[in-house]
Amino acid sequence: MSLKSALFGATALSVLATGSFAAELTIAIVNNGHMINMQKVAKAYTDETGVKLNWVSLEEGVLREQVTSDTATGGGQYDIINIGMQEAPIWGAAGWIEPLEFGADYDADDILPAIRAGLSHEGTMYAAPFYGESSMVMYRKDLMDAAGASIADNDSWDNIKAAAAAVHDPDNGVYGACLRGKPGWGDNMAFITTMVNSFGGAWFDADFKPTIDSDEWRAAINFYVDLLGNYGPPGSEGNSFNEILALYNEGKCGMWIDATIAASFLEVDGVAYAQSPNAGNPVGANWLWAWAMAVPAGSPNAEESKKFIEWATSKDYVQAVANHPEFGWGSVPTGQRASTYMFDEFKSVAGFAEAEMAAINSAAPQATDLKPYVGVQFAAIPEFPEVGSAVAQEMAAALSGAKSVDDALAASQAAAAAIMKEAGY
Amino acid sequence: MAIVAQSSKTRRIRRATLAWIVGLLFFYPIFWLVLTSFKTDADAVKPEHLLFFTPTLENYLNMTENYDYWRFATNSIITSVFATIFALAVGIPCAYAMAFNPSRATKDVLMWMLSTKMLPAAAVLYPMTFLTKSLGLFDTHFMIIVVLMLINLPIVIWMLFTYFKEIPKEIIEAGQMDGVNTWGEIKEILIPLAWGGIASTALLCFIFCWNEAYWTVRLTTTDAATLSKLIEGNRAPEGLFFGRLSAVSAAAVGPIVVLGWFCQKQLVQGLTFGAVK
Repeated sequence: MSLKSALFGATALSVLATGSFAAELTIAIVNNGHMINMQKVAKAYTDETGVKLNWVSLEEGVLREQVTSDTATGGGQYDIINIGMQEAPIWGAAGWIEPLEFGADYDADDILPAIRAGLSHEGTMYAAPFYGESSMVMYRKDLMDAAGASIADNDSWDNIKAAAAAVHDPDNGVYGACLRGKPGWGDNMAFITTMVNSFGGAWFDADFKPTIDSDEWRAAINFYVDLLGNYGPPGSEGNSFNEILALYNEGKCGMWIDATIAASFLEVDGVAYAQSPNAGNPVGANWLWAWAMAVPAGSPNAEESKKFIEWATSKDYVQAVANHPEFGWGSVPTGQRASTYMFDEFKSVAGFAEAEMAAINSAAPQATDLKPYVGVQFAAIPEFPEVGSAVAQEMAAALSGAKSVDDALAASQAAAAAIMKEAGY
Repeated sequence: MAIVAQSSKTRRIRRATLAWIVGLLFFYPIFWLVLTSFKTDADAVKPEHLLFFTPTLENYLNMTENYDYWRFATNSIITSVFATIFALAVGIPCAYAMAFNPSRATKDVLMWMLSTKMLPAAAVLYPMTFLTKSLGLFDTHFMIIVVLMLINLPIVIWMLFTYFKEIPKEIIEAGQMDGVNTWGEIKEILIPLAWGGIASTALLCFIFCWNEAYWTVRLTTTDAATLSKLIEGNRAPEGLFFGRLSAVSAAAVGPIVVLGWFCQKQLVQGLTFGAVK
């Protein structure tokens, strides 16, 4: 083959491959159980409407990277994107994503209020949730009972530590408390931020100056390092959701405080649930997160995209999953609509439903005097991922013992202050 | 004599044992991957099911039915094959010039080429993204082929240069005496003589292209997405879908492992820059 014909061939293939036709939507999704199911359930939507759906499944970090660059440049690479609560209000305010207004049948009031508020800007919803979560305590009641310990809703951190100590039995492979330690603003910092909130701390003051060197942060991080260092599994600085899920299902965790979605993956017996603990301040002790679908402002198929989102986040979709031969009520999207929690069929297969709904409803993302920003385990400002990632590294260093808590907090404060100053705060 | 022979035999057994241990150690991840790909997601994380489990094809069926494996595989083949061809098309004349007509700057040029490999890819991610989008080349086979060719070109030129240096210059000069032009020297003399080296280089270049995951994930959406993107998309932050991920990974590395198996000799020669004959 000559060079010329090879070049021609490659170009021809490229042209052929990039050809497209009208009713076709490209959807960037996070690889999440509910989104994987949606790809199968949505075949019915294609059959009914003729709209072809191209699913681009991406790892969370890559998804954020691609979607951010595409949306910021109005690239129109995707017709529908998965975004989270951190992005939705910011991007809505910036005009990067389309406002979503659906018909009366959609029943937007059925969406859990905290979730809807977190995906809105000035009362307008910019992203529709397909799944939502808060955090709660998932503990082994059988182990607690045997050790004579107990955990109550909104317990004190001191009692949590006492319960962890009671069931801690490393010789038999059981660790008192399994908590996130892997660095990342969506990993260890999600948990740590709720803990700091519960100690009365916050990321920034009213002028958006970082307050990481405060007494509240110091008390919370000392407690975290002490709890996980004494009663956690070895190598906790490498553990996030998946690692702890594996440990828990191997029967190695006495308790786990993490996303409510985890409850649907637990396969060990004797699990009970409790609302998140606090150290005197229950506001912000449990996080709030939702993955949602949005339409980039540059999408040439905006109307068709909105129609799909309306279907994919509707009550009808919940029914479609429940009635799908491969799924059922155990697979319906959770943390999204109040009506889902009213079905007895759902409650009978989801023992965690009540605790999950209570956690989502009690989450407090609104700005307060103590916390002058929107968001529980994050601050809904564009700079937060950078600040959160920098601090996450320091917290992991403190947990592993590479740094003292005081040194890690000082370095965190300095890094956060530099980032915020550069951003013009 | 008997003691010497026995000692030599013991050494051979020791070496063979060590080689087997090292070989099994390197093979274990592939073995684990393939084994896990035949487990359900639930079995995949249970230590008691490490070796004994009920095998299932569920993950492979899911991969072909829901993830359109063949589209990703076709894209991987197209981009890797054409990137390798173009890298050789540019690399052979370039290495020829430097091997047979070196100047004082040849070594510096070679070092400069290699230094481009030292640039962290992330440093040029956004310029590349904006550039490809503004040129309308985002998510096209053409763009991926060009990118794969360019990132592998330094290593291709270095390898070819090393092979070409082993060919006596007199043979090329004899061709010149017979009135063969430059293209004729490359086509009629150089390529037949260095065919083994060129094949090793092509093979390695193809493997690097196939396995490339930074740009193929970030500069594609659907049309030119390769198997790397399929694997990337199956990583889940919330949920242990190891069976599913293993099936996708096994199906992605499978073709290249088979290719490597059949071309072991050339591969070793390529990896050692021709030191092993």
